[in-house]
Amino acid sequence: MNFDIALLLIQDGLTNGAIYALLALAILLVFAVTRVLYVPQGEFVAFGALTLATLQQAKVPGTAYLVAGIGALTMALELLTALRQRRTQGLAWSAAMYVAIPLALLGISIVLAPRQPPLVVQVLLTLALVVPLGPMTYRLAIQPIANATVLVLLFVAVAVHYVLMGLGLVFFGAEGWRTPSFTDLRLQLGPMTASGQSILVLAASAVLIVLLWQFFGRTLWGKALRATAMNRTGARLVGIPTEASGRLAFTLAALLGAFSGVLIAPFTTIYYDSGFLVALKGFVGAVIGGMTSYPLAALGAVLVGLLEAFASFYASAFKEVIVFSLLIPFLLWRSLMSRHFEEEPEE
Amino acid sequence: MKRIFRLLGIAATAFAAGAAAQAEIKIGVIVSATGPGASLGIPYRNVYTALPPQIAGQPLKFVILDDASDPSTSVKNARKLIDEEKVDIILGPTFTPGCLAVSDVAVEMKIAMICLAPVVVPPAKQPWVFSIPQSVPVMIAGVIGHLKANGGKTIGYIGFADGWGDLVLRALESTAGPAGIKIVASERYNRPDTSVNAQVLKLMSTQPDAVLIGGSGTPATTPHIALKERGYKGQIYHTHGVIGADFIRVGARAVEGTVAPTGPLMVAEQLPDSNPIKKVALDFFAKLTPAYPQVRNAFSGYSYDAFLLVQAAVTPAMAKAKPSSPQFRQALRDALEGTKEVVGTHAVYTMSPTDHNGVDHRSRVLVRVDGGQWKLLQ
Repeated sequence: MNFDIALLLIQDGLTNGAIYALLALAILLVFAVTRVLYVPQGEFVAFGALTLATLQQAKVPGTAYLVAGIGALTMALELLTALRQRRTQGLAWSAAMYVAIPLALLGISIVLAPRQPPLVVQVLLTLALVVPLGPMTYRLAIQPIANATVLVLLFVAVAVHYVLMGLGLVFFGAEGWRTPSFTDLRLQLGPMTASGQSILVLAASAVLIVLLWQFFGRTLWGKALRATAMNRTGARLVGIPTEASGRLAFTLAALLGAFSGVLIAPFTTIYYDSGFLVALKGFVGAVIGGMTSYPLAALGAVLVGLLEAFASFYASAFKEVIVFSLLIPFLLWRSLMSRHFEEEPEE
Repeated sequence: MKRIFRLLGIAATAFAAGAAAQAEIKIGVIVSATGPGASLGIPYRNVYTALPPQIAGQPLKFVILDDASDPSTSVKNARKLIDEEKVDIILGPTFTPGCLAVSDVAVEMKIAMICLAPVVVPPAKQPWVFSIPQSVPVMIAGVIGHLKANGGKTIGYIGFADGWGDLVLRALESTAGPAGIKIVASERYNRPDTSVNAQVLKLMSTQPDAVLIGGSGTPATTPHIALKERGYKGQIYHTHGVIGADFIRVGARAVEGTVAPTGPLMVAEQLPDSNPIKKVALDFFAKLTPAYPQVRNAFSGYSYDAFLLVQAAVTPAMAKAKPSSPQFRQALRDALEGTKEVVGTHAVYTMSPTDHNGVDHRSRVLVRVDGGQWKLLQ
């Protein structure tokens, strides 16, 4: 191997690592706030990529109908709960969130899609279509059992993963799509050429991470999320609604997932079931971060990306084996370093 | 009134006599109409539902069962077809593991089967098993031939990290050596990989004259696009797993000039008139299109070829025994093994006691992507 190849591999590893980092942060955030190991994170990546690809074909993406459908389902659940509790308070808000906004999005998609709007509008519409699925998933699948054990929550997360993947097959079909590059720019940086697309991914990920950091450090909601992550009961005692925190965590995770999908769509052909493996690598990053530390998780994800690039070069047949074997030493190290304690039952 | 009865009586006698002269032939079909193999199984099946119920002048009945892409269900279906339906021959299953599982049943129950998926059949051990799709080495030999004719000496390989990638690599190893072509690199990647740049860099560092991509469908475009982005100038070959419009849709400009092997069926119109396969394939399209408009695919072609082989075997077998008897099943098997120059949509089949695949180089043509279309390479 010479210097040029090493530089190219590093560039490749960093680009993929940046995407894994976004997913690692999302998985970590959801786990910290709701104790759900977020298996369906990958579906949001696939949905983001496929929605953008469909919009570029000037067609109405399946997500528009999916959001309307799942919104209606969520509204039905809200109505049922309200009926049981004999209350009407909060129903107007639910109707706005789960019925009015999805229908408005469907309308906008039907109007905009055939007109081939500029790329920025397509990306924004993609995010607007995919992100509502996050809080809806939380309301439908997690909120009713929010106090269950981590294991039960994991089972439900796996079930949600399969349901969303099946819906992906129905709404996007079995064929894969690849979107054209956002930019054909090539930059000469010293001895290496960097593709504009890679720089865009790195820059976008960095901006998003800084925004998240500011959000957690400076806003009331960010602080509330951190408080919930640290101590759920304590957070509830000081008046932070855990349900709203969970919803917000799922919304942010969906945003990060959909955005990653938009970023990787020009790199590879994305299928309805492609997201899982990508998110799994983000998960490895989150585990390296011990499922607690955001900076360590992001670093771990970048490490996964770099290791993947070099493993592909040296032993491509064993690439995945090498990447996922990384889990073992880190888990060993983590379990030797940490004190063991049983999960406390919720009172 | 009496007259009516008499007429009915005459009609009944005539009918009974007709039935005796024309015994019904039953063909059992096992397809994966559901499950992961459904996208292949459905086009396989649709041919049999669209064909008229007649074979070599005899009435014909297809009994079609779905195995849900599960080998144990394939076996259950095979036993049901043999024990309850008393079929004379089995066509299918449509996926390789299913074929392997059912072939034991076929040998045990002494009934011929024609696998519609590629399997390697040892006729000495499994005299009742036939398989018609072209083997991978037959296809890859075409690629090697093209490379050699164009003066190439080295080839690099990148393929899926799965069974298909292995199969293509083994075929490449078995055909490249004898032709004097050296395999200088062998890389692997996964279908959902977001980047294959590392593998492509390593591939290009060995400077091969050509690259073979052992993928299928649209994920086969990923290394192809990466090679072009890195400025690779050599010829890029693909396997028959990519033939279709989706590959060109996703690969777009980058896959212009790709050369790949395929069955003649896929480019039937472009074949020269001297090729006997052209007439059969066009005839197949014309005959089946009214009942099954999406008939133009490789899988339906295999279904039809299996039907043609049985049709050619029925007449000699009828001379020896009556349908739905063990003697007839034996005669049908012997006739299938004696198949000579039967022209199908994929190949001209000639079976023998040592060859139960029956295809030769005529079952393969090379095509090139030219202006966003698959064009026959003369």
